[in-house]
Amino acid sequence: METLETKPKIKSEEYFINMGPQHPATHGVLRLLLTIDGETIKKVEPDLGYIHRSIEKMCERDSYQQIVHLTDRMDYLSAHINNEAVCLAVENALELDIPERVQVIRTIIDELTRIASHTLWWGVMGMDVGALTTFFYGFRDREMINDIFEETCGARLTMNYNIPGGLMFDIHENFVPRVKAFVEHFKKKIPEYDQLLTGNVIFQRRTQGVGVMSKEDAIAFGTSGPVARGSGVPCDVRKLHPYSAYDRVNFEEAIETGGDSFARYQVRLKEMWQSLSIIEQLIDNIPEGEHKVATKAVIKLPKGEFYQKVETARGELGVYIISDGKKNPYRVKFRSPGFSNLSALNHMAVGGKIGDLVATMATLDLVIPDIDR
Amino acid sequence: MIDFFLSLPDWLQMSLIALIYLVVFAVLGLYLVLLERKVAAWFQLRLGPNRVGPWGLMQTLADAIKLVSKELTGTDRADKFLYNLAPYFVIITSLTALAIFPVAEGIQAFDINIGLFFLIGISSVGVIGILLGGWSSNNKYSLIGAMRSGVQTISYELSVGLSLVTMVLLTGSLQLSEIIEVQKDGWLLLQGHIPAVIAFMIFIIAGVAESNRAPFDMVEAESELGAGFHTEYSGMKFAYFFLAEFINMFIIACIGTVVFLGGWLSPFGLTESIPWLGAFWFLLKAFFLVFLMMWFRWTFPRLRIDQLLTLEWKYLLPLNLMNLVLMAFVVWQNLIIR
Repeated sequence: METLETKPKIKSEEYFINMGPQHPATHGVLRLLLTIDGETIKKVEPDLGYIHRSIEKMCERDSYQQIVHLTDRMDYLSAHINNEAVCLAVENALELDIPERVQVIRTIIDELTRIASHTLWWGVMGMDVGALTTFFYGFRDREMINDIFEETCGARLTMNYNIPGGLMFDIHENFVPRVKAFVEHFKKKIPEYDQLLTGNVIFQRRTQGVGVMSKEDAIAFGTSGPVARGSGVPCDVRKLHPYSAYDRVNFEEAIETGGDSFARYQVRLKEMWQSLSIIEQLIDNIPEGEHKVATKAVIKLPKGEFYQKVETARGELGVYIISDGKKNPYRVKFRSPGFSNLSALNHMAVGGKIGDLVATMATLDLVIPDIDR
Repeated sequence: MIDFFLSLPDWLQMSLIALIYLVVFAVLGLYLVLLERKVAAWFQLRLGPNRVGPWGLMQTLADAIKLVSKELTGTDRADKFLYNLAPYFVIITSLTALAIFPVAEGIQAFDINIGLFFLIGISSVGVIGILLGGWSSNNKYSLIGAMRSGVQTISYELSVGLSLVTMVLLTGSLQLSEIIEVQKDGWLLLQGHIPAVIAFMIFIIAGVAESNRAPFDMVEAESELGAGFHTEYSGMKFAYFFLAEFINMFIIACIGTVVFLGGWLSPFGLTESIPWLGAFWFLLKAFFLVFLMMWFRWTFPRLRIDQLLTLEWKYLLPLNLMNLVLMAFVVWQNLIIR
């Protein structure tokens, strides 16, 4: 049966557009399949696999010391924290007694890594919404941290400073003064960040009310880290399940309830302040002692399943090891924060404009190799 | 020298003037690119180009040579005729607009009595080139960029036009040389006080938007659209788009200088006895406005397309209309400061 319909004279239809794998805003080889109506986004489908290196499979082949080196190729901006996750899992399985000194140094470097990651994110966030200058300001401060890392262990990005049982070397004699100098420097620079970007009315209009995710949705999508905390979900692993030296420092979990891009932005800025405070509490009290405990040359984990989670700059990283008692694991599974956070992108971006999608994606702080292992 | 020039036939005179203009402004466009890069570097804690020539002065020439010698690649499915036509549309309209600016007293290619009107008209032709380029290159990102450009330029032309009309109420003439003559006793910005200052601010905002520069660079928002409408262009055709953007910026600065800041006139009549110094003052003022626009670009984030239109249609346009009435009142009551 025919139905009467009034059809508009101009035909309008949704169209499809490929955003990526080469696109300035996806920061890596992420491909988004966009369905657009004019400028309004109807559907976002992430397509993964362009940088898959089968790290989990490679882990089954390697010894436990070698697995550590693979993990900093996942989320390369939190390399130290990734290493620590594997080391903690192995150390817990072996029931090693890790020296206080190691725990404190690990925590300080964790927080430095977090600041380095957040400064890079801040620069790129500005760039994504069109303020190119922020990029250089962010990199200026990140550079100081990378220099400290370079002096400590020889690498600037993929550090490999952690080994099962402790640290590869003891800290450099310049480490403490240089970290202190950085803390002093950076305390003056965060207000500069606020002046340049946070207070800008265009920036606020671009991010407030954009990419909104409710608390329930944040939990349902399994998001973690600043993305979940921007929606008001307390999920900081450092608070809930303290590891290393986090149980002996005072810090506040940065939580915003807005759920929009601006809330996620503010969470990260607050976290930078908290990280500075953690470093300040620890840097003067690094206990004397050994920088590692001796392990056997070939580490064999007891039969069983081991899980360790840590808080990276992007959220909760879980390492799940199944051991059958041999020198390499039977199966390793990483729960990466970026993957779960990316899954919420469609939910957040639909109904917005292309510019909103970019602003939302920037506050998810995606690192593609972390999603595509 | 001048006698010899005047003894030449008319067509040769015009051709020579056109040639001089072309060379001067092509070089100017190139050096605006260098200036932009240097200014950006100062804002961004870097040095900018500093390897080719002293202080990087030859960098921009090296870039030009590179662009000229590059292969012109295009897409197979492009609409060839329109695709090749688009860059010329953009560059020719920009260069045409430059012709009527009086650089100093008497140094002007042609002084028509509808000068300001001509400028507004010619500057809106350039968008056709952008639309053609985006449409014909058969690329979705280019198309989105071109459509944004159409929407944006048509909207902001209203504000540019209306803010200039507001000032025309003061001058009573559209001829650029006469507009400057009126300002002998003080810049129009000061003569017209409150409405003139409002008009100036609206003009700068809308001018930046009309020349498609950040924070209104929807057209080539690189984090959203790659390179926008000129994604598929390369070599010299890309260079035309690129150069036209900088010349458009300079045009906006020139209009601002002529209409609001007294053109070639020196402040307080300092160098009135040496007329050729007018060129110095003119360029100084124009480059100040250019710097202002670069300052915007390197400090502000980009607006979203709907916010861009909201700004124009809900705020700038009504404000502009009210300002026009206010200016009419000021002129009627003779509240002008002269």
